[in-house]
Amino acid sequence: MKLTVNGNELQIASDADTPLLWVLRDELHLVGTKFGCGIAQCGACTVHLEGRAIRSCVTPVSAVAGKQIQTIEGQADEKGLSPVQRAWLETDVAQCGYCQSGQIMAASALLSENPNPTDAEIDTAMAGNICRCGTYPRIRTAVHLAALWMTEEQSA
Amino acid sequence: MSENMSSGVLNRRQFVQAGGAFLFAAQCPVTFSRKAHAAGAGAMMNSFVRIDPNNVITMLANNSEFGNGAYTVMSMMLAEELDVDYRSIVLEAAPTTPEYYSPLFREYLTAGSVTTGSTFIPMRTAGAKARAMLLEAAARSWQVPGAELTTENGTVQHLETGRSSPYGALLETIHRLEIQPPDAVTLKDPSQFRILGKPTKRYEGAGKVDGSAQFGIDIKLPGMLYGSIARPPVHGGRVVDFDASAALSMPGVVKVKAIRAGVVVLADSYWRAQKARAEVKINWDRGANATVSSEQFYRDYREMAETPGMLAEDIGDALGALDQADEVIEAVYEMPLLAHATLEPMNCIAQVEGATCTIWSGTQYQSNDQEVISRFLGIPQENVTIHRPLMGGSFGRRSSKTADYTVEAVEAAKGESVPVQIIWSREEDIRSGHYRPLFVHKLRGSVDSSGMPEAWHQVVVGQSLMQGTKHDPNYMVRGMDIYSLDGCLQEPFGVFPYGTSYAIAHHRVESHNAPKIGIVPQEWRSVGHTHTGIAYECFLDELAAKGGVDPLELRLRLTKDHARMNRVLKVLREKCEWDKPLAPGRGRGVASRVYSISPIAQAVEITVAENGDFTVDRVVCVVDCGFAVNPLGIEGQVEGGVAYGLGGVAFGNIDIVDGEVQQSNFHDYPVMRLPQMPKVEIHILPSDESPTGVGEQATAPIAPAVANALFNATGRRVRRFPLSSQGFNLV
Repeated sequence: MKLTVNGNELQIASDADTPLLWVLRDELHLVGTKFGCGIAQCGACTVHLEGRAIRSCVTPVSAVAGKQIQTIEGQADEKGLSPVQRAWLETDVAQCGYCQSGQIMAASALLSENPNPTDAEIDTAMAGNICRCGTYPRIRTAVHLAALWMTEEQSA
Repeated sequence: MSENMSSGVLNRRQFVQAGGAFLFAAQCPVTFSRKAHAAGAGAMMNSFVRIDPNNVITMLANNSEFGNGAYTVMSMMLAEELDVDYRSIVLEAAPTTPEYYSPLFREYLTAGSVTTGSTFIPMRTAGAKARAMLLEAAARSWQVPGAELTTENGTVQHLETGRSSPYGALLETIHRLEIQPPDAVTLKDPSQFRILGKPTKRYEGAGKVDGSAQFGIDIKLPGMLYGSIARPPVHGGRVVDFDASAALSMPGVVKVKAIRAGVVVLADSYWRAQKARAEVKINWDRGANATVSSEQFYRDYREMAETPGMLAEDIGDALGALDQADEVIEAVYEMPLLAHATLEPMNCIAQVEGATCTIWSGTQYQSNDQEVISRFLGIPQENVTIHRPLMGGSFGRRSSKTADYTVEAVEAAKGESVPVQIIWSREEDIRSGHYRPLFVHKLRGSVDSSGMPEAWHQVVVGQSLMQGTKHDPNYMVRGMDIYSLDGCLQEPFGVFPYGTSYAIAHHRVESHNAPKIGIVPQEWRSVGHTHTGIAYECFLDELAAKGGVDPLELRLRLTKDHARMNRVLKVLREKCEWDKPLAPGRGRGVASRVYSISPIAQAVEITVAENGDFTVDRVVCVVDCGFAVNPLGIEGQVEGGVAYGLGGVAFGNIDIVDGEVQQSNFHDYPVMRLPQMPKVEIHILPSDESPTGVGEQATAPIAPAVANALFNATGRRVRRFPLSSQGFNLV
């Protein structure tokens, strides 16, 4: 089985029913994607499948063979951190930080579909991502900031 | 600031708790290790600071980082006195040796919202003493007066001669001249602070946006096996026997064995271990708790609350005053078991080799883990090495007194030739964890002719956190657990200088320890206040309503002798526009608590729909935490504390029926999500007092403030929690 993760085509040895989460973590050692609940309730395992946010903990690896997967490790490019990551740093969002890979992946997917979301749209799009530290106010701020930067960078 | 640390400035109430900080300062270890330098590995300037010849400065952190900001404030303190960029400091978890124990707890423990307060002098002293040694080295080597030297950005400078040297280059001189740390050192005056007091971003923030931050669950060791444990369906249950034949035939499964926690499956991947675990057939002895239920606990505790408890405090004559009162208000408040539900589930890697053991564990409580493991393995405590990664939340869960998730990994690894990592599923976390204990408070009270509370009689019933543990001698007072009564008492009680900032003339508080039944109680962010806060602040609100006194006005009057809380409440009244009328369907509530010295008060505004759905629209929070070391971090902790407490009061409920926890994951143990999160306005009062905690403080008042607001909006008083069990759903 082959997977394309962060632009790299990789041969996978895990059992076909293994959730993508555990393939990423235990076989590929891409441990930025986190385990939180195992039933798509918390969003800690959020990655992009063909640009859309999915929960990797309930996605069998066989279902994504040959498709484009991006993890938190693939958010930055040769120019550096993504605007969402930079906005997260600027806003000092993280506390324990465990959920933030998933939050950033969810926010980045949201912004690629909706470049200028309202508070209500952010709430809806990000409701599946739990943060037990309660960094929610800063998450809202950071999504708006990333939206602003992305718009500015596009028009520049 | 440093002068303010003397007992003259702190009043008696503050002194007892703040005392630990002075002790720590006095004991700040300043051993200078020549050996380390001679080996070419740099020099330990003291126990907390190492400087390498290439000018890398390393801090040994003896407080854990689990989102609390410990690494940020500690590196800020060191950087301030050492004149370096706080982010240039390399941080290592300090080893589990007595020299790194917190003198406050006399253990290696990060808890109680005391990190900032208890490190404020020691870490600065460590930096200042290291700097003094560097200055002496430069002065002697350049033959210039030390007073003419300055430090900046990791270099010592002599402006007149234009000389400058990186710190690392002075190590050789320190070694050659055998320069010793000074006995005393003058710390910077706050007016000289360049870092402390300024909003400062998280020290380890960068790794938390690119996926590189390493949590315990992320650690991979060569040859490591993954373990998944089938745990008994009832707390305290035991394995009778099991059939692992099906599991053992599954790919990647290496071993299945019984340990005290249940049956552990070891495999070459976590997924395979988890999958095989489901195929192990286990015959359980359900044990003594097979028929217990939360409802029975409530019934039993209510009955106990009707009987006299151990007397914690009896000021004035509460019983007499209540006998003579025209009307006595009575209420019973019931608070459920709560799980911590840290987002990173419990996990630990252990490797046992002969008479040594190494663990990799996210823990708040290193010395206890070490102690429990050494006892289990029968090896000396110093043979247990602990590597402490970052933690994906803790909220008290990772200060386990039984070291449950740690010692079970050791047990699983014992007899294996490779390291073993145990990872809990979310279901194990919710069903088999430790909990904020269930509590029942019975209250009776009366008001005087002015409508103010006159008599107060409170009987508290719940499982003690400390009874029968090694902490019993320190935290039990005449058989009573000081945490069960936190925030309820007007007088000093054990090591707690006092609990409440309110003064009520006739004040009687009694305590019952509910039977210990093997469901392990555990500190939950803000500890006793998680239930005492609700009972005390809501019943105060009931008396306010009875007496026709505005609830905030009532608190202002009750705190007139507690200057710091009174100031907090005055600012709150103004900032939250308390006296501005609200539209129908909306409500306001207020609560205030003192936790670990810091007074905090919150006012909330809510909107309630006909069907009981409600939103929290606004939370205004005023906090006095002494000198605000990192305002940005404080705001984050307050927002987070509000979120944690609000989720708990809104829908947190571990319900036991026939011995089994009914909840299992986030679908039936809901926690706060983004749409439910209110706006939180935070006002940190300026202060020159010594810094005190904020990590847990904001969790305490939010629950009663919201319950009081619901009463204000609807006239309905909730006395059984969570709110969702009473038809009020936070949306």
